Amino acid sequence: MLAKKMKKNDIKRDPFIHLTRLPDPKARHYWFSKLISVVIALLICALITNAMAPGSFGDFFKYLGLGTFSSSLQTLRVFQDTAILLLIALALTPAFKMKFWNIGAEGQVLIGALGATIAMKFLAGTMPNALLIFVCLALSILFSIIWAVIPAIFKAFFNTNETLFTLMMNYLASGLVAYFVFVWVPNGSAVLGVINPNTHDGWLPKLFGQDYLINIITVVIITVLIFVYLKYSKHGYELTVVGESQNTARYVGINVKKTIIRTLILSGAVCGLVGFLLVNGTSHTLNADLVSGRGFTGILVAWLGHFNPFEMIFTAFLVAFVTLGGSYAGDIFRFGTAYSKVLIGIFFFVFIASEFFLRYKMNFSTEVQAFFKKIGDFFAKIFGPIGRFFKKIFTPVGRFFKKIFAPVGRFFKKLFKKKDSPKEEPVSKEE
Amino acid sequence: MENNIALQFVNISKSFGSKIANKNVSLDLRKGEILAILGENGSGKTTLMNAAIGIYYPDEGQIFVNGEEASIHSPKDAYNYHIGMIHQHFKLVDVFTAKENVILGLSKEDYKKQEEATKAKQDLKLQKIREEEGREPTKEELKKYNKRIKDSKSYNLEEAKRKIIKICKKYGFEVDPDKKVYEMSVSEKQTLEIIKALYKGVDILILDEPTAVLTPQETKKLFNVLRNMASQGKSIIIITHKLNEVLEISDRVSVLRKGEYAGTVVTKDTNEKELTELMVGRKIELNIKRPAVKNPHDRLFIEGLTYTNREGVKALDDVSFVARGGEILGIAGIACNGQRELLEGIAGLVHLDSGDIVFHNPKKNRPVTFFHHNVKQIRELAEKGALYDDDTKETLNLKGVSTKKIKEMVQKEKIMFYEDEIIDLRNKKPIEIRNLGIKLSFVPEDRLGMGLVGNMNIIDNMMLRSFRKGHSIFLNRKKPKYLAEEIVDELEVVTPNLKTPVRNLSGGNIQKLLVGREISSSPKVLMVAYPVRGLDIKSSYTIYDLLNEQKERGTAVVFVGEDLDVLLALSDRILVLSGGKVAGIVDARKTTKEEIGLLMTKSIEKQEVSYNVSQEDEEE
Amino acid sequence: MFVAFIRNAIRFSTIFLFGSTGEIITEKSGHLNMGTPGIMCLGGIGAVLGERLYLLTIANDVDLINPFLCVLFPLIMTIIFGALGGLFFSFLTVTLRCNQNVVGLTLTTFGVGLNAFILARVPRGAGFTYASAYFYKLFPDTVVSSTGWFGEIFLGHGFLVYLAIILAIIATIVIKKTNVGLSLRSIGENPATADAAGLNVSKYRYLATMIGGAIAALGGLFYIMDYLGGSVEYTIDRYGWMAVALVIFSVWNPSFSIFGSLLFGALYIMPSFLDGLSFADKELIKLVPYAVTILVLVVTSLFNRKETQPPAALGLTYFREDR
Repeated sequence: MLAKKMKKNDIKRDPFIHLTRLPDPKARHYWFSKLISVVIALLICALITNAMAPGSFGDFFKYLGLGTFSSSLQTLRVFQDTAILLLIALALTPAFKMKFWNIGAEGQVLIGALGATIAMKFLAGTMPNALLIFVCLALSILFSIIWAVIPAIFKAFFNTNETLFTLMMNYLASGLVAYFVFVWVPNGSAVLGVINPNTHDGWLPKLFGQDYLINIITVVIITVLIFVYLKYSKHGYELTVVGESQNTARYVGINVKKTIIRTLILSGAVCGLVGFLLVNGTSHTLNADLVSGRGFTGILVAWLGHFNPFEMIFTAFLVAFVTLGGSYAGDIFRFGTAYSKVLIGIFFFVFIASEFFLRYKMNFSTEVQAFFKKIGDFFAKIFGPIGRFFKKIFTPVGRFFKKIFAPVGRFFKKLFKKKDSPKEEPVSKEE
Repeated sequence: MENNIALQFVNISKSFGSKIANKNVSLDLRKGEILAILGENGSGKTTLMNAAIGIYYPDEGQIFVNGEEASIHSPKDAYNYHIGMIHQHFKLVDVFTAKENVILGLSKEDYKKQEEATKAKQDLKLQKIREEEGREPTKEELKKYNKRIKDSKSYNLEEAKRKIIKICKKYGFEVDPDKKVYEMSVSEKQTLEIIKALYKGVDILILDEPTAVLTPQETKKLFNVLRNMASQGKSIIIITHKLNEVLEISDRVSVLRKGEYAGTVVTKDTNEKELTELMVGRKIELNIKRPAVKNPHDRLFIEGLTYTNREGVKALDDVSFVARGGEILGIAGIACNGQRELLEGIAGLVHLDSGDIVFHNPKKNRPVTFFHHNVKQIRELAEKGALYDDDTKETLNLKGVSTKKIKEMVQKEKIMFYEDEIIDLRNKKPIEIRNLGIKLSFVPEDRLGMGLVGNMNIIDNMMLRSFRKGHSIFLNRKKPKYLAEEIVDELEVVTPNLKTPVRNLSGGNIQKLLVGREISSSPKVLMVAYPVRGLDIKSSYTIYDLLNEQKERGTAVVFVGEDLDVLLALSDRILVLSGGKVAGIVDARKTTKEEIGLLMTKSIEKQEVSYNVSQEDEEE
Repeated sequence: MFVAFIRNAIRFSTIFLFGSTGEIITEKSGHLNMGTPGIMCLGGIGAVLGERLYLLTIANDVDLINPFLCVLFPLIMTIIFGALGGLFFSFLTVTLRCNQNVVGLTLTTFGVGLNAFILARVPRGAGFTYASAYFYKLFPDTVVSSTGWFGEIFLGHGFLVYLAIILAIIATIVIKKTNVGLSLRSIGENPATADAAGLNVSKYRYLATMIGGAIAALGGLFYIMDYLGGSVEYTIDRYGWMAVALVIFSVWNPSFSIFGSLLFGALYIMPSFLDGLSFADKELIKLVPYAVTILVLVVTSLFNRKETQPPAALGLTYFREDR
């Protein structure tokens, strides 16, 4: 036995790091991690900006705020962008829940916009404005549904890979739009121009004098509808079962093909609505770059929102905020428009990485742990007193706020009690 | 003494999240012995072994190989210590051939070793020629010598094939090195796994539940091979929960209980009872109850079922039998011999080529309605003589009667079924069967992949079968909630609450939920596939009791099992499937395990294995 | 005219070939890298930065250009950038176990943004045009012109065109005929098995993705330095998606991809070789490659053969201790 123990020192026993899976996080841990991610991502962005334009660390935050909330028009713009992104994400959510990886929102929205444009351009003046708007809506929804349902049919009947199919449909859509623009404007300038600029036929009316308000109201309604559809309707239940396991769906007699096609019709319809809002509500014109990548960003919004419509509001808002604030800052620093895309990329990366720390626990080897402990002790020595000081100050403040807000919280809890399911506790597997 | 120990575990602990799989386990394996590791499902046997081959890394504890502390972080390290494991779920790549699977993972050093070994062997051969035959080797022989060494020093499929054939000959295996794994039978795959381990030169071989998928005859063959290997100095660990096998094959038995070490006994000094007590921790009644059959009646007629699967193989071939109410019909057979297809075919999940499934509902005196039958079907039923006129009480003859008249009669409820209701279920979708009002319940083999949805909570899983009820477009979660409460209560399902996703529950609790849901509709026919697979003893007995309860209620129970002892103890009759055919239906009270084992392999023709290797290669 | 068409088709197809060869290597390891378009953009950045760096070392004096170095600098930088893209993808998906689709799409967003952002800020002068001359010519003009149509089609290209084809062939041989290829395939098919056989799944996935990324990035280098002759455009991502589609078209075989990319390239440039077409008609012809890809997708899904299926573990994260 002694010989064995002697040997022990020669062998590097522990691996440097090994991972174990954690139970599902609690809601408050989850949201806390999101908050931390936002802060970290902002810091990284600011540091990069500072590196490109020295001394701009503070200015970065300033312009980020100035570009988004310095005037009511800008604020509305943020919400408008949030609305469009959220709508696209909402359109994708039922399909994603069904594990149908529809990455064709870009094309589905664009083709819907084409439908709306055709109606707006050729039917203007032949009917009352209200009817024209309705026809625009109907046509754009119809176009989008067709675009979404084609891959769905092939998926349902031949199990054709839908990711690549929908991807290709994006390019077909943008090509078709380019084609029609060239047909309508044969001189090759590829600029269609504003449709019905004088009569405003087919334009969505301004609500309370605001351009984008109608979009925002629409998205609020759709968010609630999709949430209810997914959680409380039989259709929502069916598509979840299909997504989790097609075998189970067959076993309980759910028609998988029908469910796939039906869900993609819904997906397409919402995309059509987006196309309609973009053409009739916002730009009043059409070009192949109308959606400008928001179809792809919508995928990430849906994903990082874990397919929960209410969580997606947060992600969509964040993306809109960074895009607008970032491009404003980019203009000031003369970085160009692509700058905001880089920022968005950084934000997404940080968010994706943050999921890891929620789901896995890192077990370091004993040596590494000892090292970390040393560092920790060092910091504890320095920051301990400061921490205690802050604790002393803020504990009464916290209590005060708790006193005020607890009744409010209880009220809301009561209100949502039936809807919100409590987060499950980790379960030990025991007999 | 120390040198006699091949593998030693000292105070191994391992947990997954909040679940403790192993706690302070210490045990050892001697050289050249067969050690059985016995324990219930979920007692941590596999986890412990996975620590030995580097799949998991233990949280605490040490592993010693040949008396020296080993640091095993990956399966690669394990191979360096000459430890190999044959997993319950085979670790083979489906689209690869056998030989590709065998040489998978060989490193440069492995090839170097292989080259050295080959060189030594070939040198010996040349020496033999020089010394014994007293001549210089011919040019041909020298050429072959060089080629052999060249082949062995890097990736070479020819060389792999030669060596596999050699191993096959040495131990009496039959495997075609060029066959793709997806074309192989289960037993072939297992043989391939053993060859793989031997090819890599393991001295310590761990087998995880190797007999679960084998017939008694194949098991016997496997045991012979293992004894043969042990006598040649290899140390073997066999993980199992079957007592009779432990007693048959092992030299010593180590028992694990709920992740902890419960003791080691020498096999020849022990008996089943003692082992069970060690395993479960208390005395337990080992007998499965079998209530007598009361009022059996024919319920389900299966006639000539044939089904060709997607690969073009006949998974079911002319299967016929009758399932009786008040009786448990056991179905035995080697894994993947048509069991799944049979149950899924009856449940309407696969489209059958031909055959009839007739549901027979005695003592049913009711009028024909358009809800269940259209005029054409009514005419057919009348031709079969299944209907009578309510006024005259005579058998109905509908020949020459106009459709309009029939419709009128149906509306006035004048056309009645004879006492028995006979319904053809063939190629009816599950939903159609349900709409016909037939209570056919099915507990599939794949619990989380088919029977339940792992990521959904208990309540949502309870309504999988019934969520369509009612005309509302919204779900009604009230009834499923009551059902969930009832099942959790009555079957003692351990769960924090009803909103827990079922994947977080243990196998036994998952199965209780599934069986509970399926019998909640008071079925007329209950089909269960491998219902106790992966369950501990207590949960298994709960399931057996539930099945017996259904049998006494008059349900026709169809029970597909893998453990022949259980099948023999629980069923009333046993149907043996072999290659998709019915090999025989026997009385479970009178038959023996051996008889069933013979039936299981009845129709499988012996497959000729062809080696495309020249004669001179085989001489070695 | 026809000769010029073929010549241009071969040249244009090189972008796709680099991309799809890289993506096939990546996908064989079980990584569905939808960030390939982004990685090609990163490659473009590497190319421009590398060239810029070289031109700075000679103080922008075009007379001092050394043919070898002016090619080497961007080449190395491109490979580094592409490998970094692959490293980043692997770090997130292997080490941090994130969803491959999400990481891929994010990488593409990021790559496209960074491409536009950086390329707009790199000053380019005559140096780039001069340097690019060394990219699109390998054989001297006399050799090319003396061999007639043969020379023009097969010899009149830059070295990257030949490199792409050679890489595709080497990739095929490595995947099909070597020990490394066997290991790589097994990891894409069944990582648990590969792990149990003692292979380091993480290492293979990291390396395959990085090598794949580096090769895909060469597509970006080729596009900017050879095809565009040193001028700049930001639409590399579009070709990147075509490359991803080509992987399916060529059923995970780089050699088939040579012909596939040639077909795609030919279809893509066809409009500019057809006279008398309106702008609108040209747009329609540009749609054909996408339609053809869809057709191939449908056809391969109709014939459900085991050998033409994607690697079984494609897109799945492997965690050894998952239960």
